[in-house]
Amino acid sequence: MNDMQTAAAGTSSPQPRRHDEPQAIEAIKLRHPWRAVVAALLIIIVGLFVFDALTNRPVYSWDIVVNYLFDVRVLSALGYTLQLTIYPMIIAVLLGILLAIMRLSPNPVFRAVAWVYLWIFRGTPVYVQLVFWGLMPVIYKSITLGIPFTEVGIQLVTADLFSYFTLAVIGLALNEAAYMAEIVRAGLLSVDKGQDEAAVALGLGWWHTMSRIVLPQAMRVIVPPTGNEVVSMLKTTSLVIAVPFTLDLYTRTHDIAVSMYKPVPFLLVASFWYLILTSILMVGQFYVERYFARGVGARPDVQKPTVETSAIGVIGLSSATEAGGGYPTATGADGGDQIVPPHGRAGGGGV
Amino acid sequence: MSQTDIPMVKAEAVSKAYGSNQVLKSISLEVKRGEVLCLVGPSGSGKSTFLRCINHLETINAGRLSVDGELVGYHERGGKIYEMHPKEAARQRRDIGMVFQRFNLFPHKTALENVMLAPTLLKKGNKAALQTRAMDLLARVGLAERHDYYPAHLSGGQQQRVAIARALAMEPKLMLFDEPTSALDPELVGEVLDVMKGLAESGMTMIVVTHEMGFAREVADELVFMDGGVVVESGDPTEVLTNPQRERTKAFLSKVL
Repeated sequence: MNDMQTAAAGTSSPQPRRHDEPQAIEAIKLRHPWRAVVAALLIIIVGLFVFDALTNRPVYSWDIVVNYLFDVRVLSALGYTLQLTIYPMIIAVLLGILLAIMRLSPNPVFRAVAWVYLWIFRGTPVYVQLVFWGLMPVIYKSITLGIPFTEVGIQLVTADLFSYFTLAVIGLALNEAAYMAEIVRAGLLSVDKGQDEAAVALGLGWWHTMSRIVLPQAMRVIVPPTGNEVVSMLKTTSLVIAVPFTLDLYTRTHDIAVSMYKPVPFLLVASFWYLILTSILMVGQFYVERYFARGVGARPDVQKPTVETSAIGVIGLSSATEAGGGYPTATGADGGDQIVPPHGRAGGGGV
Repeated sequence: MSQTDIPMVKAEAVSKAYGSNQVLKSISLEVKRGEVLCLVGPSGSGKSTFLRCINHLETINAGRLSVDGELVGYHERGGKIYEMHPKEAARQRRDIGMVFQRFNLFPHKTALENVMLAPTLLKKGNKAALQTRAMDLLARVGLAERHDYYPAHLSGGQQQRVAIARALAMEPKLMLFDEPTSALDPELVGEVLDVMKGLAESGMTMIVVTHEMGFAREVADELVFMDGGVVVESGDPTEVLTNPQRERTKAFLSKVL
């Protein structure tokens, strides 16, 4: 022991070695022959499919795929699809936060309104909703803004106010908001009640507590499913033909395909771009998640006492002992009562 | 100051019930400026609830509770009691610091950010000056060199000391401690009690719910023993601890000491 301590105190020795290093195990690896067989089969099947698709299926028309991948019409459609993903998503997140807060409100009217909103927008297909939004200018031909019971006011024609693009954005946003509301609500509920109390006790108001303390922590729970929602939204944009909006990636490539009597290569063009976009989104999600995970993780066990130390803490203190059960007492050799923690009891008849 | 004769905390027949469960039954007590009061008693005796009523985290059903001569959470005008606007209740809480059993530090903010948050949002001052002050507070609890650590990277005792610094950052005139050492490893209790002792010596008015009888004896000016929602016994800590008058106090202390 002494030798080791002096060695450790010495200048160069990096770490005191308390035990001899045990011999490393050099075991012969267990083999898994069936895994290898199945893996080889999978590779062969995939390889055959790819080979067949590239050489043996003229219907794929790879030359057309390559030619139209960067076609101006396709690229402009890509821009619309991106906008149809981003704008509704931003609106949906904000509206979702509002709905989630309404659902957690003490006011029963707010709770009911939020619930009914969710019930309707989650309970009907988004395609049907988009058709409805497309019909809005027909159902509500004009909007009159004015003072009731007077002649003062202006009349606006709905069809002039809302383009099909705007209606598509609204339709996608309101549908998505219902899902975002549930995601945000789950996030808000995941934040410890003590956080809210600590902020309130500091004298922070509702807005500061929500925006600085609760929401940033809820984000850790909110971000991953929201990433899924963005990917899902990107693909749902292919339904905007229901409005009808025709310049998005899927509808545009479909239109070109129809005009050329070549459906398959344009499906491949559209799929290629959808895949590229979702891949970019996945990378973005990684960084957003990492940002909101700051301060969390590392050493979650740091404040939890071990079984032994918590038992020591209890002796002489109050809560556990006076709660009724407490620890069994044993009469010591000197006749006095001792408190014995359950795991610390002296074994057998030794004492 | 002419106000010095107004007690910092005055409770008159304070009562609180959750439905039919009466948790506080007519609690009356006073805490003078600069005084340290320790609240002790078994779990469920209502001591934590009473503490939380003082900064209006809980509302009371009956009686009067005032801090520095001002009713907590209510206005009294013309013999009528009006509920306070949440903004005013928040302003009231700024003068009352609170330290929790489970620390409740903000995990997404560093120690320094935890301390600076409330002053930055509410005090509208020069940011550099606020930061210097926050660093001073961290130094006061012995954690200046840990200012850029996140709570998860601090021990329980260190977290609780940051929590005390955070509560002090709003320059409260009253500090409430809700079992500040009950969630700590035994060997970390001392460092937190030391900080609290220093705070008491500096003249801070404090109400401490605790199971640390040694601390109560050494630091408190008054000890209050609560059980079943009532004050069973109160007085000089040494007197109550060594010579309790009530059977219930005796029974409790015999298990604790």
